[in-house]
Amino acid sequence: MASVGMENTAARSGREKGSKPVRLAPNYWPFVIPALVVISAVIVFPWVFTLWMSAHRWTLGQEQSFIGFDNYIRLAGDARFWESLWHTLLYTVLSVVAPLFLGTLAALVFDAQFPLRGFLRGVFVMPMMATPVAIALVWTMMFHPQLGVLNYLLSLVGIGPLEWIYNQSTVIPSLVLVETWQWTPLVMLIVLGGLASIPREPYESAEIDGANAWQKFRYLTLPMIAPFLMIALIIRSIDAVKSFDIIYAMTQGGPGTASETINIYLYNTSFAYYDIGYGSAMAVIFFIAIVALSFVLLMVRQRTNWSEMEER
Amino acid sequence: MKRKTLDRIGLFFVALVMISPVVLFFLWMISLSLKYEIDNGAYPPILIPERFAWSNYVRVFEENNFFLYFWNSVLVTGAATILALLIGVPAGYGIARLKAEKSAVVIMIARMTPGLSFLIPLFLLFQWLNLLGTLWPQIIIHLVVTVPIVVWIMIGYFETTPKELEEAASIDGASSWQVFRLVALPIAKPGIVVSFILAVIFSWNNFVFGIVLASRETRTLPVAVYNMLSFEQVSWGPLAAAALIVTLPVLLLTMFAQKQIVAGLTAGAVKGG
Repeated sequence: MASVGMENTAARSGREKGSKPVRLAPNYWPFVIPALVVISAVIVFPWVFTLWMSAHRWTLGQEQSFIGFDNYIRLAGDARFWESLWHTLLYTVLSVVAPLFLGTLAALVFDAQFPLRGFLRGVFVMPMMATPVAIALVWTMMFHPQLGVLNYLLSLVGIGPLEWIYNQSTVIPSLVLVETWQWTPLVMLIVLGGLASIPREPYESAEIDGANAWQKFRYLTLPMIAPFLMIALIIRSIDAVKSFDIIYAMTQGGPGTASETINIYLYNTSFAYYDIGYGSAMAVIFFIAIVALSFVLLMVRQRTNWSEMEER
Repeated sequence: MKRKTLDRIGLFFVALVMISPVVLFFLWMISLSLKYEIDNGAYPPILIPERFAWSNYVRVFEENNFFLYFWNSVLVTGAATILALLIGVPAGYGIARLKAEKSAVVIMIARMTPGLSFLIPLFLLFQWLNLLGTLWPQIIIHLVVTVPIVVWIMIGYFETTPKELEEAASIDGASSWQVFRLVALPIAKPGIVVSFILAVIFSWNNFVFGIVLASRETRTLPVAVYNMLSFEQVSWGPLAAAALIVTLPVLLLTMFAQKQIVAGLTAGAVKGG
């Protein structure tokens, strides 16, 4: 390390004396090209090809023909698509709000000092990394109306029994419960990062002014972690809107089509009915919606930062 | 002083309540996997049975070919991660040094794209290339997951490593490649570890690509455990045992590499905005 430091100063003093580097600016392009090729092949090509397929009548194993915007027109009049859009919205809003609320609460706790904090935080984070399908199958067993442990636990406090994922009206909230269980830790980690960056001084002066805990949270903590909440909101929205594994493994969109989100409908269209032209059109619309949503949220976030700056 | 100690004990119990859904879930998962059918069907439910059904685990491996599927998972995740590192680490370096971070917006959009929209065109491509039935389609499509993670984290990492050393080395006559390999790469080791771990986890957990691309012999673990459901009689014990086998490697990795994962995810998250 010492020798490294020496070289470093040598280079600097060399430059200060005015001796110009003999070498030209290093060429960094060769480092990027392999990734460029791979990203073009597995990421950009599928985008473009999907767009192309969406303009065709294209069923697997049959001749395809160009039909222009017909797939999109068909989509606009497809009641099942609109229904799945509504399911997606409901699922997304619930699986953003619940983890955001609980994750912030958890972050406030884990930001404080108490025994075994690191270990307990480690346990809390585990669901986030667990394999979604494996988790979903165990939840399915727990949701079982007769033999499931959840109805047993509810019966102890005199509630239920519920039908969970087996009933049209409770299936989405039940799936959201799993999604919340799995992804609250991510929100917690992001907000925890925000809390760690907060300066201490404002709190000291607030204490002198006699602010209570709620006031300190409402007027100091909340505005300062707002940008981080916004990041958590963006990431959670993106992930929830395209959630697939949990829904597919637990209900496949059922009962009936009660939990069929756009992503599940997209899967069924493309790989159960092999109607990949129509599926592609759906993928294009879905893609545009997600990217638009993300950029709107990003712009809101930028504005959040601005108003913050003005306040300071 | 006394007030403070009380606060800490109080917080400790609040934290215990918060982690209880996690602890109870995993305890119940283990319990399910170690019970015979008769105990799993009992009401009220039994947490700790009188006899442990270790045979559930034996059945998963013997009757469901899990050795093969485990090996498939190792090959797919291993190959997709190593390829991603070989491609992504230099790319992260190049992009950071070219100050072309804006180009990473492609990676951001890739992160937003639902996996299914990659699947339809690549499925056709693999069919056309006659690759279906081998592990290659899955290895290649897992690059959709692993390459963006590696590039994203490495851009962030190389932005923070000092440029002075590299400049000194190139003044001393080192080629770009030598500068990268001998100066930049050794410093970037922690970043590489973080991206390696995250790429492994997200590739291992991936399910959607496998259900379409995997055949009977090329299933990865998440697909294999899901397929156990389609058998006429679903017995809970072996199913829970299989689920545990699938997710255990990732959970162990999470426990041992906690610090790196938190660093990588929050860095990625903060940068993600």
